[in-house]
This record gives sequence, C-alpha cells and structure tokens, in this order.
Amino acid sequence: MREYLLGNAAIARGLLEAGVGLVAGYPGTPSSEIIETVASIKNNMPAHVEWSVNEKVALEVAAGASWTGRRAAATMKHVGLNVAADPFMTLAYLGVGAGLVVICADDPYCHSSQNEQDSRRYAQFAGIPCLDPKNPQEAKEMTVFAFELSEKFNIPVMLRPTTRVSHAREDVEIGSVAAPGKQGRFIKDPARRVALPSHARPLHSELLAKQAAMEEALESAPWNRLELHGDVGIIASGIAGLYAEEAALELDEDLSLLCIGSYPLPKKLIRRMLEHVSKVMVIEELEPVVEEQVQMIAREINPHVNILGKAQSIPREGELDYLQVRNAIARMIERPEREALQCPAVSILPPRPPSLCAGCSHRATHYAMRKVFGKKAIYPSDIGCYTMAVDMGTVDTCLCMGASITLASGIRFGGEEEGICCSLGDSTFLHGGMTGLLNAAYNKARITVTILDNSTTAMTGHQPHPGTGMTATGEKTTMVSIEALAKALGAGLVETVDPYRLDETMKSFQRAKDYPGLSVIIARQPCVIKARRSGLRPKSFLVGEECIGCKICLDFGCPAIEFENDKARINALCSGCGVCAAICSSSAIREVAK
Amino acid sequence: MRTSECDLVIVGVGGQGVILISDVIGRAAVMAGKPVCGAETHGMAQRGGSVINHTRIGCRFSPMVASGGADVLVALEPAEALRFAQFLSPTGVALVNTRPVLPSTVTSGKVEYPPLQEILAPLRAHSRKVFAMDATALAGIAGSAQAMNVVMLGALAGHIPLSEDLILQALSLVVPPRFLEANKKAFALGKAEVE
Repeated sequence: MREYLLGNAAIARGLLEAGVGLVAGYPGTPSSEIIETVASIKNNMPAHVEWSVNEKVALEVAAGASWTGRRAAATMKHVGLNVAADPFMTLAYLGVGAGLVVICADDPYCHSSQNEQDSRRYAQFAGIPCLDPKNPQEAKEMTVFAFELSEKFNIPVMLRPTTRVSHAREDVEIGSVAAPGKQGRFIKDPARRVALPSHARPLHSELLAKQAAMEEALESAPWNRLELHGDVGIIASGIAGLYAEEAALELDEDLSLLCIGSYPLPKKLIRRMLEHVSKVMVIEELEPVVEEQVQMIAREINPHVNILGKAQSIPREGELDYLQVRNAIARMIERPEREALQCPAVSILPPRPPSLCAGCSHRATHYAMRKVFGKKAIYPSDIGCYTMAVDMGTVDTCLCMGASITLASGIRFGGEEEGICCSLGDSTFLHGGMTGLLNAAYNKARITVTILDNSTTAMTGHQPHPGTGMTATGEKTTMVSIEALAKALGAGLVETVDPYRLDETMKSFQRAKDYPGLSVIIARQPCVIKARRSGLRPKSFLVGEECIGCKICLDFGCPAIEFENDKARINALCSGCGVCAAICSSSAIREVAK
Repeated sequence: MRTSECDLVIVGVGGQGVILISDVIGRAAVMAGKPVCGAETHGMAQRGGSVINHTRIGCRFSPMVASGGADVLVALEPAEALRFAQFLSPTGVALVNTRPVLPSTVTSGKVEYPPLQEILAPLRAHSRKVFAMDATALAGIAGSAQAMNVVMLGALAGHIPLSEDLILQALSLVVPPRFLEANKKAFALGKAEVE
C-alpha cells in the first residue's frame, strides 16, 4: 500500500516498522514531526515516546533504553546535536544494546536555523555510520536498516535527513508495524558501559577496527548505486542524486552515475567510477565530505582523472537546486545552460517577512522592556518566535539555546555598564537556560532575565514541555513551576506579570532594573495561536474618531493595526489583547461590546 | 525531455491553506497510481510570511520545481502570485485569488500594496494565461470563508492529469465531514470560474 507522506512521517513509520521501543527528542525544525507522528499513532505506539528537556537528555534516555535491550531513537535538528555531542561522541565507544539511531535533521540554507552545519562531519568525527536519504521513501527504508546496522556493528547509527527530505512529501510504500519485542533488561557490563580511561582505550581501538567492516557492509547497500556509461561521470550524495539523475535525463546524455546514501563511503564503487571515467563531478550539499574521499582515492589509482566539485561548480553553502545542478553538469559537458527566469516586476511587491502574530504577548513584553530599560540598554535574546522582535530593537544577540543569559552575564563581566535585560522563552529556558541562570546567580551577574512564558514550544509547532504539565502523548504530568526554579537557581528578585497588563508589566520591569542583583521577570500569557484554536477571544477593539494619527500604535507593529486615511484601524486579525488601547496617546482605541 | 507529467507551484501566505491543496492532489495521485512528490514550507517562515509548495505529479525525481518549470501556478494571494512567477513556465497557466492579504510592511505604512492590475499585467505578459478570481468571495458564497483554498483547488482541477472524482474523493479524506458540503460547493464555484 502507498500513502502520500511527509518525510518525517515516513521516518516515524520506519521507526514503527522497525519495532522501536523508545523514541525521545527535542523539537526543532525540520525534525519535529517525527515524534509528533509517532505519538499520534495511538494503537501502534512504542513502549515510550517523549519530548525530552533537550537533545543531550534525549540521546541519553535513548541510550539507556538501548542498553536495556529496546530499539531506541533520539530525534533532533542539526544544532541540537551540538547539545547532545557529549554523549554522542562517547556512545560511539561504548556501543549499544538493541539498535540505537540518532536522527539528526540538517537544514541547508538555514530555512529555520542559526547555521547550516553538515552533520555528516559529526558522524565521521565520532566514527559512526551515517545514512543520508534522498527522499521520504529512502528515509523510511534507511530508518529500519539503521537499527539492523546498529545491532550488527554494536554502534549508534545516524540518520541524516535534510529539510528537503523531512519536509518533502511523496507516495511511500508502507510496510507492517512490528511489535517492540519483549520487556527489556539492563545487563551489567562495566567494560562496555563505564567509560573509565582503562575501558575507553580498548574501546577506542575497537571502534577504529570496526570501520573497515562497516565500510564493507555499506558498500552493497541499495542506496549506493553505480551505473557506468560514458566516460564523463557524476558522483552525487543525498538529494543531489535526484537532481543529477533528472538532469542526465533532461540533457539526454549518457553519463556515468554514482548515487551515494551511506557513510563510511563505498570506496570500491568510487574506485570503479574513477577507473572508468576521464572526468567526474562530485555534487553534494554543504561540506565536501564525498569530494575529499574521491580526491584521496584518485591520487592512489588514477591521478589523471579530472575531478570537479566545490572549487569549480558546486557551492559549499546554501542548498542546491535543480537548475544549479543541471547547469553545472551542462558546463562540464559543454552544453548550453538554462537560465533561471527573472520577473523584474517583483520589485513592485511589498516584502512579506515572517512576524510575530497579532496579539502575540512577546511583542507586549518587548515593548514594556524597551520602555523601561531604554534604547541604550543591552538586550541579549535567544532562539524562538521572539527572535523576530529584532525589529523592535530588543534583540541584540541570538547564538544558541539558552545563550541569552550567559551572554548577558559575560557582557556585564566584560565591563558593560548600561542596563542589561535578556529574554528567552519558557521551553528554551528549560532546555538550556537553567544552567546559565544558576551560573549568573553564583557569579553575581547583575542582569535582568525575562522568561517569555507562552506555555508551549511555539515556533516548532506547539509541543508541550515540563512547564505545561503535559507529556508528548497528552498525558498529565508534574507541572514544573518556573518561579520556583528561578528562585532555587538563585535569582534574587522573581516576579510574574501578565504582559497584556502593560502598566503592571512596566512597573515590574522597573523594579527589576533597580534591583542590585540578578532579577527574573516571568511574562506569562498563552501563545495567541493556541488561544485562538481553543476559541478564546476575550475582547474586541476599535479605533474611535478621536484618533489623531500619531502612529504610536503603528510603531507597536501589531499586524492587526492598519493605517488608512490618516487614521489607525483595527482589522480582523485582532486577537483582543488590548495592549494597543493602553499605548494609544489619545485614548481612541477602546473595547467594544460583542 | 520532460521529467515530470505535471509540475505545480502553490503559493500564498502562512495560514491560508496552501498545504491542504497539495495534500489533496498528492492523495488523489496515489489513488490514480501515479508517482507524486512535493516540498513545503514549515517553521519560522510560516508566521505570516510567504509560503511556497511544490507538487510534481507523475515524477520520480526531486520534489522541487525548477525556475520556469511549473505548468500551473496557483496563488491564494495576488502579490504572492507575482513574487513566485519565476517558477511558472512561459507556456503555463496562473490561477490567482485576487483578494490581497496586506503584509505588516504595508499595514504599518512603510510601503504600499500595488494596485491589482499592476500585479496581473506582468503576470499576463509572463505566462500563457491568467485566470483571476475573487476566491475569497466565492468561498463566502459557498458558506465557508475558510474554503478559499478549495475554490482554488476547483479552479485547478481541470488543469492537472487527475480525474475530478479522485480529487473530490481525496478532498473528503482531509476535510472534516461537517464542512464537506460547503467545500464541495466551493470546489464547484472555483471550477466554474475557469470554464
């Protein structure tokens, strides 16, 4: 049976077909829908599925289940692997019990990320196999295969979809779901579970010794496909293989083609290609992982073969597209290029950047923050919807999850004397902000930390977290108090405000500004998207005749406020937060009875 | 040589229901036994930003339509039609909802939204045919303003190699039963616009 599936849903399907016993992860575009899909398939759910507090936690939980004899997977986006890098590197030494798969979704072009690092490098660094699917069907098949490979070589395996695989849709052949197997048991084996130096040294040797056997096993994997034709060849990895195949067909050219989907690389296939051709182009997104190997093999067996790649034809940044690949191939075989169409009239269009929603409480909090701390204050911020408040002048930094607090501390210790008010979301605080807050308290950082608590992980699609009292599967659980956490971590002043009450919020920020130590403001108001879905629209507002056209409300930047005939107007996007009424200079914005 | 039977680019603003159109087409293609693939926008870009969906019917290659490769451009918003016009083949057809959604750059008075004719004229010059319709109004007539995307699906149905029966069957799988009648009306109104 075939089904039209999102890449991430295909991966979720693969997990279930592999009989996975545990799935853990932290949301991050483009990986989030894997756990959401697994959690939504109620009847076939694995023994345990969770949103973990962060990626490090997720991978460790998955490793624990693997060591207890359950197939386990951890899901994350590429930058999440940086957080999980500590267990990731050493798990390669210690190995697995049942299969352990790290699903790490890369984002070439930074569609929704702060960088475009190439996780194939991470797999190479750790010395573990990496499977690099080109489409949803392959992603599903590789997911099942990854568990078998992991068990065969006693090693974690990385599955590395990119945005164009995770967020592609395709008709995918569906198999049957497997049961997660019998209840697990942890078997004590200190030499393989306790990374003491005396244990780690022989395990490192073992890891290195496995490499050749893993390479041999992957050589014949179905996603490495060699077709020898003419004496000009293409070696392409992941989705680039699809672009190359399509281009060869469109150009109607008899090119030799090697498509690659697994690492360590199939060196024998690369050798056969290099022996056959006089010229070859290596096409891959981001880093020259394949190209470097091809160069090395060529030096051994055929130094005269002309290898084209990153230096000549294929960019090392951004994502590839069909025309780019087609034209690189066309240039190589001296055929005409096809130019991308231009439509010059596009310049008349207004830009449409993504923005905070109408009624988003983050806008109100940032507005109050700026009013109190002023233009000269420093505003380190973090990763979430609220990073879009950069236009409000209250986002001076965005580095990685939780770095707002630590950067703020460093900026203070570096000598900055202006006010410092940093901001991060509730989920980001719980993910990576708590240690930074503890450090700020311990080392006496005089800063204000604003926790923008919309009671969800909004940007990635509203996943629950420990502050919501709900698990990934919708079960009720302990609801962690952010106030109690902030106090326990050592903050001197902790206040909670409703950002829709502008006056009180500003007073609270003023107290924080005046406080001679570490202060925390928790600005709590549910995400407006979630509130709308649950039917909450508390109030309606309109702009009366008194409007003097001062544009103060317009500067607030809410998409529900328009300007027409020298007066402000409230449109249908209004969610009824009422903040604009509080900032109106002529009291022209008022609530209307429904 | 053609590498796909029919390439579509579906564009609009986050929240307008671009993905639903592609989902219905994908499901209908699977029912028809045709290979089908597509690519969509998730994450940060969805928050009120421009969204683009690629859908390729009868295609086994990448999910992305190349510049100048789309047989049909479906735009749920007029400015977005022009923004993504470079994907449309000069022999292709554009289906455009004429009801603007003003971006924050316009509502805040920073820039102006161009008159509809200034958007449609270059689009007409760029393609074989442009069908412009107030799909938002038609959806209202059908009984659900939310069904604007289904009006556009109705307009699209005759331009793709899938039978209307299969498309309606797929539609009934993705629309909640209580809205199905309004959606079927919306589909019929869209279809009538291009006949």
